Amino acid sequence: MAQGVFVITEQRDGVFRKLSFEAVSEGRRIADGMGADLTAVVVGSGIEGMAGELEKYGPDKILTADDPALAEYTTDAYTNVIAGLIQSVDPAVILIGASVQGKDQSARLAARLDAGLAMDCTAIKLDNGRLICTRPMFGGKIFADVEIEGSLQIIAIRPNVMDIVETAKDCVVEKASVNVGEVKTAVVEKSLDTGDKIELTEADIIVSGGRGTAGDFGAIEQLAAAFGGAVGASRSAVDEGWRPHSDQVGQTGKVVSPVLYVACGISGAIQHLAGMSTSKFIVAINKDPEAPIFSKADLGIVGNLAEVVPAMAEEVKKIRG
Amino acid sequence: MEIVVLVKQVPDTESLIEIEGDGVSIKKQDIKWVMNPYDEIAVEEALQIRDAQGGAVTVVSMGPQKAVETIRTALAMGADKGIHINDPAAEGSDALATAKILAAAVKEISCDLIIAGHRAVDEDNYQVAAGVAEFLDIPQISMVIKAEVLDGKIKCHRTIEGGTVVVEAALPALFTTQRGLNEPRYASLPGIMKAKKKPVEVKTVADLGVDSAVVGAANRKVKIKALNFPPERQAVKIIEGESAVAKAAELVRVLHEESKII
Repeated sequence: MAQGVFVITEQRDGVFRKLSFEAVSEGRRIADGMGADLTAVVVGSGIEGMAGELEKYGPDKILTADDPALAEYTTDAYTNVIAGLIQSVDPAVILIGASVQGKDQSARLAARLDAGLAMDCTAIKLDNGRLICTRPMFGGKIFADVEIEGSLQIIAIRPNVMDIVETAKDCVVEKASVNVGEVKTAVVEKSLDTGDKIELTEADIIVSGGRGTAGDFGAIEQLAAAFGGAVGASRSAVDEGWRPHSDQVGQTGKVVSPVLYVACGISGAIQHLAGMSTSKFIVAINKDPEAPIFSKADLGIVGNLAEVVPAMAEEVKKIRG
Repeated sequence: MEIVVLVKQVPDTESLIEIEGDGVSIKKQDIKWVMNPYDEIAVEEALQIRDAQGGAVTVVSMGPQKAVETIRTALAMGADKGIHINDPAAEGSDALATAKILAAAVKEISCDLIIAGHRAVDEDNYQVAAGVAEFLDIPQISMVIKAEVLDGKIKCHRTIEGGTVVVEAALPALFTTQRGLNEPRYASLPGIMKAKKKPVEVKTVADLGVDSAVVGAANRKVKIKALNFPPERQAVKIIEGESAVAKAAELVRVLHEESKII
């Protein structure tokens, strides 16, 4: 009988994604609630030494799936290996981070295992032994409470939402047998942004600019740098060619949940609000006091962002040194 | 090159979404329905590949009668033919069941390449395309911003957090689109006129040989228990001040001292 919680972690070039710690912590909480064991798996090449880093988040067992063929993520190799492990561990619940890789991975696994998958969940609740997952739909205009039927449930959690919690546990680390199987895809090139650019979906603070910037993101970048945060943009700013697509926050861009979201010169079209409304704290700066963004904000300034934003950057620098 | 594009009709992203009285579905009447924006990119990419390499583009969509509008839009953009899976039995299917149905429809067409949006902006499941690829036992490459079809294989640039990777896969393969891949064309008036004469085949779940016991709202593995609006935020506090600089200073002070965000 299927039992226990199984967490699929994610690492890139030997470094765990922060989301992996969120997933293991949440996995521990759910396993405790179900009175079950927690197994975490690390997949990659030359990753055996990484298991120790996961121990403090409380898994009972860590499996390492280490093979040169797993050096770079490919859907087929990873799915073959992880599906094999799942068949032998036979868990009741699989948790995975809903990163780009995690979304791709979990969707393929769900089809392979014929299991229900709740994607991009922002909360998991234990209700009499049953799991109720909350997930945004329609870009966050609606939140659905869903329950997965069947002996295996797959839950992908939204980055940056669930708490990282340390738990002292006796933990066994085991090398898993790896069966890569047939692989029809190959990563032939990888290019990562140079410098210390912070990924939007993982940033604690995001400063976003919209049409109100008139294309000048200098002040936005300054404020983001003062905060140690990332720069985002509205769809109109991206459509104007002022920022790359990868910076777009909204229903047709990235959905973000930072601790602080600062919207500068963004009127707050419903499709933008959909991408940032799960932010913990929202600040809006706009010259139009009627702008819809103010209805979603905690704090607001009605004013010219070209004056307000650089002044904010100076004040933040004073605090942050 | 035979190309299949999977498309879905969804509420326009500017639509206000309201919850139906049953608490588990949305009000469908006052919504403007459009082609999923990522699917528009998929149609455009398919047309460009076909125009460069020859072949045909078939658009496959599952949905109620109304969904034929989205198929016609794709035909007006330049796609060659449509398949509309229109069956009340399929209504309310979850992502897994939808993938099974679409895969069964695609299996009947001998195709080299399948293109789909990386997600539909209604349920935001990010699952259907991967499921179709799995059920057809072909490789998938997701969130693609550049695609090149080479001899018997495809080379795609896909976005990952903080970068891109280039992935090659043997054909037949499926890839999903991300913004940046192309700028979808608008349907021209002659295109719209021509689309009216292009063939759209209507199919049911039974036609496709899919077991009706695994599809539809009643057989969802992911059951919707309740829909809710996002929690209301408290009313905004507008920071007042003599000048922009004074307002900025007060805002940062509140963030630091009162809200303790920074």
